[in-house]
Formats: sequence, C-alpha cells, structure tokens
Amino acid sequence: MPVKVMIPSPLRPYAGKRDSAEFNARTVGEALGHLTTEFGDLRKHLFTEDGKLRSFVNVYVNDEDIRYLAKENTPTKDGDTISIIPSIAGGVPTMELAS
Amino acid sequence: MADATALWISGHLAEKIRAHGAETYPHECCGALLGRDLSSVAGSDRGSGAEAPAREILQLFPLVNRRDDSPRNRFSVTPEDVLAAEKAAREQGLEVVGWYHSHPDHPARPSLYDRDHAWPWYSYIIVSIQNGAPQDMTSWRLNDDRAEFSPEEIEIRHRAAV
Ligand SMILES: [Zn+2]
Repeated sequence: MPVKVMIPSPLRPYAGKRDSAEFNARTVGEALGHLTTEFGDLRKHLFTEDGKLRSFVNVYVNDEDIRYLAKENTPTKDGDTISIIPSIAGGVPTMELAS
Repeated sequence: MADATALWISGHLAEKIRAHGAETYPHECCGALLGRDLSSVAGSDRGSGAEAPAREILQLFPLVNRRDDSPRNRFSVTPEDVLAAEKAAREQGLEVVGWYHSHPDHPARPSLYDRDHAWPWYSYIIVSIQNGAPQDMTSWRLNDDRAEFSPEEIEIRHRAAV
C-alpha cells in the first residue's frame, strides 16, 4: 500500500533533495520509520533521542492532524499523503538566565 | 551546509520587523520571511561567483502569537499559520525561507528553547527590543547536528518590490 510522504523544504537537504518519497506502510509510524531509515540524517530533526516526535513537528494524513487520530498508530491506506509541518515556537533566553 | 550564509533584506522590510517588535512589546512578535533561496535555484550558474551563497527576503507575513499563557517570553505559531504563510508565499512565486521573532528586554541571541524548536535551513531573525525600542537584529541558522545556531550575516540590499 504505497503512501506518499511530502518532505518540507528545510528537510530536503537530508533527503537527497527530494520533495516526496513513497513507501509501503500500514501506519503513519511505519511510513516515518521507512523515511528515516532511508534518509538517516532526517531522523534527529523529526524525533527526539528517545524516539518521540518532536513537539513542534506536526504530522498530517491527508488533511488530518494525527494528534487527533491515533497518533503514530494512525492507519494509512493506498494513496494517502503524509505531510510534515512545523509549528514555529520560540522564546527569550529564560533558560539561560535560570542557570 | 558549513558555508557562511548571508541574508539579503531591504531596509524597508528590516524596519518593518523592528516596528512589529516595538508594536507588540512587552510581548513577542513573530512572522514568516517570504523570499527566494538563491543557492537552491535550479541549475543556477551564479555568474562571476564572487558572492557568498545567499537568500533574499522579499516580503513579510506577520503572525499572531497564539500563546496566551506566557506571551511575554514565548510564542507559538500553529501549523495552520505555517500553512497560511506557505500558501501566501506560493501565490507570489516565493517560499517561506525563515521566521522572525522579537526578544523583549533580552539580547538578540537564540535561546535553548529556540534551538529545541528549530529546523536547519530556515533563517531565524531575532530582534532585541529594549524598553520598547528596537535594538540589535541578528539572523541564525541551526546547524545540521542541532547542537547550536550559526550566525548569518544580514545584508541590507535595495531592490524593487515584487
Ligand atoms: Zn527566541
């Protein structure tokens, strides 16, 4: 069941400059697993060291945020499109001040 | 990606970023940087080759800070805002090449929080606002290993608006 993963501009340098890739996957987690296996340099920009999706990284199946579905266990079907969209967050250096 | 990078922006747009920071003070402001990445223009033979790899900002897309718990020192832009910024860019043949935000009463240097919520490739402009007045403006790119940001030179360039 091929699903298409769209690769956002900032991550294309880590994915052979491709803007998308197709994988056979039954869930979102499986598709992202294939993606980061094929393009290992992508992994740290999507996942934390303990393997969780980074908090500012949002994943959509077609137009639905997987947070409101079954997260990484969200099932995928033939022809689905997975999008990776950052939310932009920032802050003043309070953490440095605290140290 | 170890090369030093430069960011071209008109004096007018640079002034608009400062003004946005002053306007939202003591809260943070944020917005998208719309432009072109000249280093990734397909098949570009950049002529004399004398210039550093550069990207240029041609328009701003100011955003609303969605954090109301701690707006003074945190901002958050939803993925819907990001999609809206990308759509606005596409409609003009541009792309979102980065983001700007202000540091009220703090220096124009990225925080650890900034680092943990960033991707490489994007340019992150930070403007320091001290007592309501814009001060330093800097730009940064996250390194491949996510360990730190590298400073990016901001070059004020005049250019006809698109
Ligand atoms: Zn910041």
